[in-house]
Amino acid sequence: MTLPEFFGCTFIAFGPPFALFVFTIANDPVRIIILIAAAFFWLLSLLLSSLLWFAIIPLRDVLAFGVFFSVVFQECFRYIIYRILRSTEQGLQAVAEDTRVTDNKHILSYVSGLGFGIISGMFALVNVLADMSGPGTMGLKSGTELFFVTSAAQALSIILLHTFWSVIFFNACDTNNYLHIAYVIGSHLFVSLLTLLNASELYTATLLTNYIITILTGLLAFRVAGGTSRSFKKFVTCQ
Amino acid sequence: MDGHVNASSSSRSGAGADGSGLSGAAERLERPPRRKQPRSSYGSNNQDQTDAAVLAVPNVAVRGGPSGSSRPARLSGGGAGPTPNENEEDQGLKYGAQHVIKLFVPVSLCMLLVVATINSISFYSSTDVYLLYTPFHELSPEPSVKFWNALANSLILMSVVVVMTILLIVLYKKRCYRIIHGWLILSSFMLLFIFTYLYLEELLRAYNIPMDYPTALLFMWNFGVVGMMSIHWQGPLRLQQGYLIFVAALMALVFIKYLPEWTAWAVLAAISIWDLIAVLTPRGPLRILVETAQERNEQIFPALIYSSTVIYTYMGTHYTPQQTEPAVTSSPSSSNSTTTTRATQNSLASPEAAVASSSSRTGNTNRTNPHHNQRDDSNVMAAEGMPLVTFKSNLRGNAEAAGFTQEWSDNLNDRVARRQIEVQSTQSGNAQRSNEYRTVTAPDQAQADAQEERGIKLGLGDFIFYSVLVGKASSYGDWTTTIACFVAILIGLCLTLLLLAVWRKALPALPISITFGLIFCFATSAVVKPFMENLSAKQVFI
Repeated sequence: MTLPEFFGCTFIAFGPPFALFVFTIANDPVRIIILIAAAFFWLLSLLLSSLLWFAIIPLRDVLAFGVFFSVVFQECFRYIIYRILRSTEQGLQAVAEDTRVTDNKHILSYVSGLGFGIISGMFALVNVLADMSGPGTMGLKSGTELFFVTSAAQALSIILLHTFWSVIFFNACDTNNYLHIAYVIGSHLFVSLLTLLNASELYTATLLTNYIITILTGLLAFRVAGGTSRSFKKFVTCQ
Repeated sequence: MDGHVNASSSSRSGAGADGSGLSGAAERLERPPRRKQPRSSYGSNNQDQTDAAVLAVPNVAVRGGPSGSSRPARLSGGGAGPTPNENEEDQGLKYGAQHVIKLFVPVSLCMLLVVATINSISFYSSTDVYLLYTPFHELSPEPSVKFWNALANSLILMSVVVVMTILLIVLYKKRCYRIIHGWLILSSFMLLFIFTYLYLEELLRAYNIPMDYPTALLFMWNFGVVGMMSIHWQGPLRLQQGYLIFVAALMALVFIKYLPEWTAWAVLAAISIWDLIAVLTPRGPLRILVETAQERNEQIFPALIYSSTVIYTYMGTHYTPQQTEPAVTSSPSSSNSTTTTRATQNSLASPEAAVASSSSRTGNTNRTNPHHNQRDDSNVMAAEGMPLVTFKSNLRGNAEAAGFTQEWSDNLNDRVARRQIEVQSTQSGNAQRSNEYRTVTAPDQAQADAQEERGIKLGLGDFIFYSVLVGKASSYGDWTTTIACFVAILIGLCLTLLLLAVWRKALPALPISITFGLIFCFATSAVVKPFMENLSAKQVFI
């Protein structure tokens, strides 16, 4: 049961991101580099928030505190990445083999968002996956057997959310749309704080809400990137 | 003259051998038209669009050659007029983007192999036997004692490395090619046979697979002989790259296995400092090596270097002593291991430009002078112990040459000629091949010169120490630390390559990556790991 569960959860969490990577990123060196750079920036933000969490000893057990500042740091680094990408655009144009990277600004935001998401999902899940792969252990404190599956599903939603958030956020910064920026930060905070309920095993509430938010954010990102219901219809019918 | 011929021949052979490169070029050439369709930003960003539009014209001019292939339409509009300098710059950057990935893949594969081995074969994560060079075994529980043990060990190890590096340079200066070559062959022989056998044994033991000796010996014989041939003589490029990666991974495993824990970290720090000194100081040994190689127009010890394209320096007919040497990868036996390894470490990345490659193109005015090209191969040297990244910008007479890959140069020419894309790709392929042939039989000087070796190079030493870092990090059983190290090393490599494109000289590849890697390794395992464990135990996602 351990190995099937390991593969199942891996594919739940990383299957869609992997497909996105293979079909949209892997062919273009510049995108791969940006993806890794975004992952690196996410690591930096995580490092900062861990340092804060680590330094303030009395609040170590209050996870909400760490989560809050972690979200703030992540959004700060999203902004930093935005500044860096925009300021190196000229350079990117010289480097990019595929002009779409620079012609369509949403590609940059999508790629960096996916980098954020993938690394975030990995950090959240990878040790859980390693435990999952065996040897099997009994639930010592009668933990729920849904733990692994819900973790994987939650990780998938976070990965997708990061991608959408970056698309919305970058565009909002371009167009000075403060409402969207507030939405990104607010929904990020909401989703992260909501997952605190997972500790009391309220999976239906958290997962359902998170996926609803994921879908809504996805729709918003789709609109922001210029999609309409007509273009969606055309896409579906392959016109 | 000899040197020239050899160099050129080697480069050609490389081009020929590198099927992938060609196909890649062809692919790239063919793809662009499809991409051309403007998928500009959809509605919302009007400003962006205008930006793009405004920029478009200037871009064309600036980008000149490289862009040509990818965007025919603009090119036709833009004209061929880029000044040489601009071209050079752009090509350099572009070159970087493509080839960074060509290094990412093997580096990642090497690390993956090491990490997988560490996690599945417990033999390699426990240290019970020690190398000769590390007399202090860190057995005391006292941190201070461990600290000076590690310091002393790493100093001893480093001095061995320094001595061996200098020895290699002296040998090279005196042209004792046979000795160097023998040394390298011996070490790779030991890695490919003895250490591979040990690896196989532990692998079989870990998975509890029975195997009889005749089968094992047959396998070892075939594996080792093919490896020796492909590394030192000739073989398909992929095979050679695969063997080089395997050898580097094996060497990294040896280090992880036989170095005491803190010594390994100290050695990583020390080696990157040494790398910095050896490559960048005016009298640094590696620098001397590189310069000597350039003077002699030789390519040195290609076997110590992973090349994204062609490594073979010599083709059958052309067999000059100099060319021969390059081949070996370092792989020291356990006793030598440290030294040799260091030797291995050199890394060069020299992107060389292959310039006007195709004979067919000869007609084009754009062509660079053939004569200048030759140096490239030679430049790349990896001396011992230090990883270098060499970026060779060759300058052909024409700046355009600045060169990068042959394909590029081909493209340039083509562009100028306004040839059809498909035609181009096929031509380039044929042209290269024909050159190769020529090289073997009768080197045509001019053309030979014109062709440069292309591709980026990284010393095997870099592979080894990157892998040691990641492997060591993963031996603590925490995957987040491993991933953090991996990302940090790749980013460091990226930065190094960026600097390479800016400065265009041999650069040490270890310092930035290893510094990032060490910082992230310790920070992650000390600070981030408890935080993330807390979060994932409670299923909190950030």
